[in-house]
Amino acid sequence: MLDTTRRVATPEGIELTLRLAGPVPRALAWAIDFALRAAAVFAMMMVALPLGHAGTGLALIAAFFAEWLLPAWFEASWQGQTPGKRALGLAVLNDDGTPVRWPAALTRNLLRAVDFLPLMYGVGLAAMLANRDFKRLGDLAAGTVVVYQSEKNLQERKFPDAQPIAPPFHLDLEEQRAVLELAERSASLTRERLEELAELPGPLVGRLGGAHAAAHLIGMANYLLGRK
Amino acid sequence: MRQRQFETVHEREWQEFEKFLDQPKKPPFDPAEMPLRYRRICQGLALASDRHYSPELVDRLNQLALRGHHALYRNRRRQSQRVLEFLAAGFPALVRREWRLVAAAAALFFGPLLGLIAVLQAFPEFVHYLLAPEQIANFHAMYDPANRRLGTREADSSLMMFGFYIWNNVRIGFQTFAGGLAAGVGSIWFLGANGIVIGAVAGYLTQIGYTETFWSFVAGHSSLELLAIVLSGAAGLRLGLAVIAPGNLTRRAALVAAARPAVRMMYGAALMFFAAAFVEAFWSPLTEIPFRFKIAAGVAGWMLLLGYFLLAGRARATR
Repeated sequence: MLDTTRRVATPEGIELTLRLAGPVPRALAWAIDFALRAAAVFAMMMVALPLGHAGTGLALIAAFFAEWLLPAWFEASWQGQTPGKRALGLAVLNDDGTPVRWPAALTRNLLRAVDFLPLMYGVGLAAMLANRDFKRLGDLAAGTVVVYQSEKNLQERKFPDAQPIAPPFHLDLEEQRAVLELAERSASLTRERLEELAELPGPLVGRLGGAHAAAHLIGMANYLLGRK
Repeated sequence: MRQRQFETVHEREWQEFEKFLDQPKKPPFDPAEMPLRYRRICQGLALASDRHYSPELVDRLNQLALRGHHALYRNRRRQSQRVLEFLAAGFPALVRREWRLVAAAAALFFGPLLGLIAVLQAFPEFVHYLLAPEQIANFHAMYDPANRRLGTREADSSLMMFGFYIWNNVRIGFQTFAGGLAAGVGSIWFLGANGIVIGAVAGYLTQIGYTETFWSFVAGHSSLELLAIVLSGAAGLRLGLAVIAPGNLTRRAALVAAARPAVRMMYGAALMFFAAAFVEAFWSPLTEIPFRFKIAAGVAGWMLLLGYFLLAGRARATR
């Protein structure tokens, strides 16, 4: 239902759902990584510079590795996460949903040099907005996607309790999901908006208006969840 | 089967699988059973979504299946063995397979380089079209025959120059590669521009008579470094070609297919850059070693490297 998911068929004949991450969380993850990298290189310089010219050499080597290879190393060995991605609950996966390995991680990180142009990831952003998987050019070439880490999104649905009401007819999975998600979000919506939304599914709520329609749908959500 | 029944029948199995994923070190069942149990999770997911069980359950099973999928398809092969295999056979075989692109990149790079060396012998003043006066003065200072160390300013330590060469040269190689994504334009630009600058410096210093200092400095690392730039450019052109002429594939699929060999070539090129930086920092500046010996070492380097690319790994490739 959400348009930022990607369905992947596995060899076992099932479909897995990946939730794609858009430009904003990825930019934040990048900013965290950048700050950490800068801090690491700075610390390295503080240690190395008193050693004179040899220290400068070591600091340059550290800067090189931090800039080009460290992100790829993290992604290849930390299940697709850099520290910034971990902080935001993101991960890089191959297009088929498997964890990235060295070749793909290195491809997307080397091609960063193109995505970064003309400044601050202009090309990368344009590329992300031009395809439905939010891929920057490095992702396109490496065949990778950045997704929300799965473990984090499985929290208990916080639900308003109500007397369960059976729906008047059978609902398919997507319709059930819509009802459940409305109930789930009812606490964060304004009352007017909730009532406005609740009046929309005519076949379910009939001519009930406003608060009654909302209460009716929340009751159905409780039924769908198995609270009988 | 009602959802509640379904859950009670399978709950234990799901929990064990969850525990296995959380703590693979202390598995609640024999790890050899993992694929079988994973397939049962997949079957459960398919049933649950087909029978329209509650989205919460479907989500939970989707989660389990996704994590099981990751755990099952993770690569556990030993990396060190693959690196050796790659160096002994894979890398030279790859370069031979892509010989057309390598030849094109070599022409783009060595063409201006050798051409300028020749032109500057006849028209030395032409160098002022290519290099700024400060650059020329800088190269004068670096290769002055009175220097005790070549190619650097007197006080710089070798380790510092090693760091600098890695930071600078490998970056140029990576940019040459990445630029290829722009329909090859970036690779062509970096190959040509570097060829022109290196050719201008070499031609100019030869013409003013700094032959011994300049050539004894560059001889040792020239084979590794120049061929590494060419290979980076060839890898970039591979990407560019996929964008321009994807053939029977979509552009995206062609790019993904081209990126694999291109990045493998970059592994090799990066290693060559590291080796070149090492030679350039610790061997090339030495003045204690006679000129003829350094030139001979440089020529030997070229022969070895060309021999490696032409011959290594052939037996394995035909097997």
